[in-house]
Amino acid sequence: MSVQVAPTENAVREGPVPRARWAIHDGLVLTRRNLLRYVRIPTLLVFSTIQPVMFVLLFRYVFGGNIANLPPGVSAYVNYLMPGIFVQTAIFGATQTGIGLAEDLNAGIIDRFKSLPMARSAVLSGRTTADLFRNLFVVLLMTGVGYLVGFQFQEGPIEAALAIGLAVLVGFAFSWISATIGLAIKNVESVQAASFVWIFPLTFASSVFVPPAGFPPWLQAFSRNNPVSIWADTLRGFTLGNEYLEGVGQSIGGLALRSGLWIVLILAIFVPLSIRTYRRP
Amino acid sequence: MTRPMIRTEGLRKSFAEVQALKGVDLTVDPATVFGLLGPNGAGKTTAVRILTTLLSPDGGRAEVDGFDVVRDAEGLRHVIGLAGQSAAVDANLTGLENLEMVGRLYHLPATEARRRARDVLERFDLTDAANRPARTYSGGMRRRLDLGASLVGRPKVLFLDEPTTGLDPRSRLGMWDVIRELVRDGTTLMLTTQYLEEADVLADRIAVIDLGTVIAEGTADELKAQIGGEVLELRVSDRARVPEAAGAVLGLVQGGGKVDNNTGQITLPVGGDGPAILTEAVRRLDTSGITLSDIALRRPTLDDVFLTLTGREAEGPQAEPSADGDRRRGRRGRRGRRRRRDAGGEP
Repeated sequence: MSVQVAPTENAVREGPVPRARWAIHDGLVLTRRNLLRYVRIPTLLVFSTIQPVMFVLLFRYVFGGNIANLPPGVSAYVNYLMPGIFVQTAIFGATQTGIGLAEDLNAGIIDRFKSLPMARSAVLSGRTTADLFRNLFVVLLMTGVGYLVGFQFQEGPIEAALAIGLAVLVGFAFSWISATIGLAIKNVESVQAASFVWIFPLTFASSVFVPPAGFPPWLQAFSRNNPVSIWADTLRGFTLGNEYLEGVGQSIGGLALRSGLWIVLILAIFVPLSIRTYRRP
Repeated sequence: MTRPMIRTEGLRKSFAEVQALKGVDLTVDPATVFGLLGPNGAGKTTAVRILTTLLSPDGGRAEVDGFDVVRDAEGLRHVIGLAGQSAAVDANLTGLENLEMVGRLYHLPATEARRRARDVLERFDLTDAANRPARTYSGGMRRRLDLGASLVGRPKVLFLDEPTTGLDPRSRLGMWDVIRELVRDGTTLMLTTQYLEEADVLADRIAVIDLGTVIAEGTADELKAQIGGEVLELRVSDRARVPEAAGAVLGLVQGGGKVDNNTGQITLPVGGDGPAILTEAVRRLDTSGITLSDIALRRPTLDDVFLTLTGREAEGPQAEPSADGDRRRGRRGRRGRRRRRDAGGEP
C-alpha cells in the first residue's frame, strides 16, 4: 500500500490545510510498517489463527451435538456458531492492538515517533488499521475452515460480505479500546491480562456461542442488551436470512442500525481518549 | 551576538515524589557540541526529553532554534533529531525500511526519502546490511542505524542521549568518530553522557548536572582545572588499619578524600602535585608500618568530579532516587563495565 501524494518538503509548515491529508498519509506509513511485521515473522500470523480455528473446531464438535433448541431458521449448530465466532474472533484479535502499542512503548520507538513532525494520531491509526487487515485475514481464513465443517452463507454474496465487514468493523472499534488500555498500562503482560478480564465475560455472556434462551433470567437480560449479542444476531441476519430474523423478532434494518450505533459510540469515546492517552507526556 | 540555538531558563520537572530538574539554565551556541555530563538520575534524560517535546516542563522556559518547546512544539519537531538511549528502530524492518519510514514521516517524497536513506546507510557503513531486518544487527550497528534515523530529516539541532552507553569499547570509539564527523557540517549537538572522557573528547562545552541542578559548566579544560588534575588511589592491605592509614594521608590534600572501609581504598584528589603527594603518602604509611596492595596516580573520573564538586560521592545509600528509572547503579555502572539493561526513560 504505497501512498502516492506529492508533498513538498515544507508542505506542513505552509499551513493547516494539508493537516488531515498528512494524518492519513502518516497513518498509512505506519500501517505498512505494522503489516511488514507479519511478512517478516510469518509465524505471528500463523499463531494468531490457531486459537480462532481451535475455537471453531471445539465448539462445533464438543458442544455442537448438545445444543438443543436451536432458534428457527437454524438448520445446524455450525450455522448458528460461525457468525458468533466471527465477532468473538474480531474482538479477541483486537487485544493485539494494545499489546503491540505497549511493545512499541517499551522498545523506545514511540519516543522517536513523538519527536518527529508527524500527525499525533498516526501511531494509533496505523496500528488499528493494520490490525483491521489482520482481522480480515483471520476471519476469511475462518470462513474457509467453517465451510470445511459444514457452515454455509445461506444468503447472497453481498450479505456474506456485509457479515464479514461488520465483524471486522467490530474488531476495529475494539482495537481503539485496546489501544487506550495498552497506552495506559504500558506493560505487555498486564495489558494482556487486563484485556481478557472483561472480554471473556462480555463475549461469553452473549448470543455468540449458544442461544441465550437457556441462560438464567438475569443473564438473559444482560445478554439481550450486550452489544456483542446485537452484533452476532446482525451477522446471523446476514448469513441465515429472514426465517432466523422472524424467529428472534428482529428486522435486519433495526439490528444493523443498533450494531452501527454501538460501533460509532465506541469509536466516539475511544478514538479521542486513546489519542489523549498517547499525547500525555 | 548570535542567538543561542538552545536556551533554557529555570527549567523544572518533577515525577511523583522526585524532582528531576530543579531550575536548570543552559545556553548552547549554534554549531557547537554541548555535553551534559552526570550520573544516572541526574536529570540529563529529562532535560533532553523536554527539549525534544517528549515531556512538558513544570516550570521555566526552553527554546530550541527560537521555537518554544511547549507553544511551538510542532514547528520545533521539524528542526530537531533525537537518538535516545535505547536504539529506537523497528527490529522487524530492514535498515533501509527503517530510514525510509522516518523520511516519509518527515513528509519527504518517496524518492527523496529513499535517496536520503541510502546516503545515511552509506555514511554509517551499513550499506551491506541495508536489506537485512534490524533484529539481525549487532548492538553497535543498531546504534548507528538509530543515529542515522535521527539524521534523515537533516536536523539543525541533534540530541544524542547517552549514545555510547552499553556499547563495547571498540564500538564506542567508532561512535565517537561518527559523532565528530557529524558536527563538522555545522549541526548543533547536545550530547548526554556518564563518561567524563566522552564529554572531554566530543564536547566544546560541558555542563555537569547532578540531582537536577547544573553544578559546573565550562570547557573540558576549565572543568578539569576545577576538578583539580590527577587522583591518587591507595589500597591498604590490612582492612583493619584503613582508618589509621586514612588519618595519615587525608591531611595531605585540601577538602579531603574518600575512604572505603570495605575495599581498603583511599582516593585523594591531588591536583597537579601528584608525584610530591604520592611520595609523602608512601613515606608516612611506611613510617606507620602500613602496607599497600596497590598505589596509582590516575586521571579523574566522574566519581572524582563529584567528589570534588559536591564533597560527596555521586551515588550511594543517601543518594536521592533516580529520575532516570535506574536506581541500582553500582559504582562500576558509570564506568561502563556494566550494561544498562533498563535503558528506558522516565517513570
